Amino acid sequence: MNPDRLSRRSVLAAAGTGLGVSVAGCSGGGGSSSESDTIKIGVLEDRSGNFSLVGTPKWRASKLAIEEINENGGIMGKQIELFDPDPQSDNQRYQQLTERLIQQEEVDALWAGYSSATREAIRPIIDREDQLYFYTTQYEGGVADENVFCMGPTARQQLGSVVPYMIENFGTDIYTIAADYNFGQLSADWVKVIAQENGASVNNEEFIPLSNQNFGSTISNIQEADPDFVMAILVGNNHSSFWNQRTSAGLDIPMGTSTVMAQGYQHKRLDAPALKDVYGGFNYMEEIPTERNEDYVSRYYDRWPDAGYANEESVNNYFSIYMYKEAVEEAGTTDQKAVRDVLESGMEITGDKSPEGDISHQGPVHHMTHNMRVMKCDAEHNITVEDERRIPEQFLSETVGIDLSGKDDGMEKQFTPTDYYDAAGE
Amino acid sequence: MTSGLGATGTPTPLVIGDVLGALDSIGVPVPQLLQMADSIAFIILAAIGLTIIFGMMGVINLAHGEFIMMGAYITTLSVNVVGLPLPAAMVLGALGTAAFGAIIERTIVRQLYGRLLDSMIVTFGLGLILTQGTRIIFGNSLQSIGTPFGNVPGYTYSGYRVLLLFAAIAVLIGAYLVFTRTEFGIRARATIQDPETARAMGVDTDRMYTVTFAIGSGLAGLTGALYAPSATIVPSMGQAFLVESFVTVVTGGSTVLLGTTLAGGVLGTIDAIFSNLYGNFIGQIALLVTAIIVIRLLPDGLTGLANTIRDKLGERQ
Repeated sequence: MNPDRLSRRSVLAAAGTGLGVSVAGCSGGGGSSSESDTIKIGVLEDRSGNFSLVGTPKWRASKLAIEEINENGGIMGKQIELFDPDPQSDNQRYQQLTERLIQQEEVDALWAGYSSATREAIRPIIDREDQLYFYTTQYEGGVADENVFCMGPTARQQLGSVVPYMIENFGTDIYTIAADYNFGQLSADWVKVIAQENGASVNNEEFIPLSNQNFGSTISNIQEADPDFVMAILVGNNHSSFWNQRTSAGLDIPMGTSTVMAQGYQHKRLDAPALKDVYGGFNYMEEIPTERNEDYVSRYYDRWPDAGYANEESVNNYFSIYMYKEAVEEAGTTDQKAVRDVLESGMEITGDKSPEGDISHQGPVHHMTHNMRVMKCDAEHNITVEDERRIPEQFLSETVGIDLSGKDDGMEKQFTPTDYYDAAGE
Repeated sequence: MTSGLGATGTPTPLVIGDVLGALDSIGVPVPQLLQMADSIAFIILAAIGLTIIFGMMGVINLAHGEFIMMGAYITTLSVNVVGLPLPAAMVLGALGTAAFGAIIERTIVRQLYGRLLDSMIVTFGLGLILTQGTRIIFGNSLQSIGTPFGNVPGYTYSGYRVLLLFAAIAVLIGAYLVFTRTEFGIRARATIQDPETARAMGVDTDRMYTVTFAIGSGLAGLTGALYAPSATIVPSMGQAFLVESFVTVVTGGSTVLLGTTLAGGVLGTIDAIFSNLYGNFIGQIALLVTAIIVIRLLPDGLTGLANTIRDKLGERQ
């Protein structure tokens, strides 16, 4: 199934010895080589452990971007030097490696982490060290932190594309099932807010523990309530079992999602028609039928012939590394404060650098305006684009009113919708 | 994708539908019964391999979940890559895991009899190796095989999941017959109760240990095989069975098969009722609270209670 195991092993081995050497090298002195002639980038993405299914594509796309940039002359003529030990889906290891990459390798910019729990585990270190940090997973939203740039779409952006579409096409009676942790709870709150804005209502809600893989009762409860559509914000491998069980139980109510397919490519892994009539709101899936994306996908698979999928997050790593390159070149230095100032003035990401289409960075809130699409999976597991629009980050920029480039410079917080919307807390 | 049982081969749908419809019309809560069958089957099948290895041999096999994963992997690969029909692939999944269990017993577990904590650490490590080894060899996920049989006629419930109750009962009966009615079973139990006397009577105790461990492993593999069509096939999938399996062993108590049956019935019913009424989260909590109450009130588990009742009845006669 996976003939790249040799190369993966050798990569791991190489990363391991690299770490050993660098630790040995640093034990002598403090390690102060800031006048180096390379640009140092740290990428911590999971290639083993629980998140390796979704983390490996992020690591691969990061490698692809860095290799492309290096082949074309690097950043300001300097080659990128990559530090990419495997954090193994382990938050303690993330904390150790983050400290190491910042203090010993002195990376100029850091990409790290799949889950929000990981981001929150390392954010205190990032803030203590004032490290320029890119977080690329789609997430619940609301992080306003001077050091953190959130490159993935927020829950409000993803749900803001798919929930209005579902209401328009299927009706106003919504049943939400969501993973029972921070991200799932906040996403369910956003479904309520967006439903209210569009004249619909969430009449049933169930939160499902991440360890749960038996959905018999959930499925019969949905059938009993008979909603117009279900919002399924399911996360992780255990929850993937829902789709097979739903199909074999004969539950054929249309389902919307912000998590399934684009991250863990369930439509490629599960037997059709498990994901029939599932609609997702995403900034990216590898099936997007544009010439620019098809070109990207072929570059990705040329480099990684054994890859399973180019997922939503992988493309966020890809474009954000190019965005960093442009910011450094505009600043004329890798000085992190200077690069941050350039990023905060806003950036446009266009052309081959952004496979999802032209997008822009909202400097004052450190988030992206994404090209959000509603993607439909049919009975044969073919993916089609049903709707497409550019959706900006709105929660921090409009509702809370954050400006990290001005009045809120120095802020290190995360805001939640319950503080701003009555519908969210109900 | 060919599945041997055939996704459309619903067994006499009209008859089943009629029977259930008739029950429903006289007020029987059919959806709750279906949920109960599903939950009881899951708990019994999750625990069966573990209870045999723990109850018969005193080894706590923390790699139990990974043995289940192995059965599911062998089954899925046999269908997807080799093209075997699903029932044959399931048999292969159980036999393959049994063979692996025999090798592990001969090479590793053998050194650890009577060393409970050591055996826990070693089997925990074995589990880690199996999970990550599977990930390295087969990648992060396998293409799943579809669930056969479709829904229960007239109800939004997977027919396959309900049929697993019959598989669970068959496994319990089979295990009971093997360990009580065959010469092997008598020798195996003799070995466990008093190895020295058994050896003096000419029983090859080494072989008994190996075979018993292999049977326990094979049943774990069978569980993986049976759940392969309705689960996501990933290296860490075995962990989803762990909580139920250990809670069942603890709640069930010392008499292996009776304990599993009683605990499966009690815990499955409670899980089904609570998750049907209040959702999966509350169902899981109810399961664990029940286990705590049972352990608090009945230190010897449900079989302890059963034995006490039997003794009392015996005194009265």
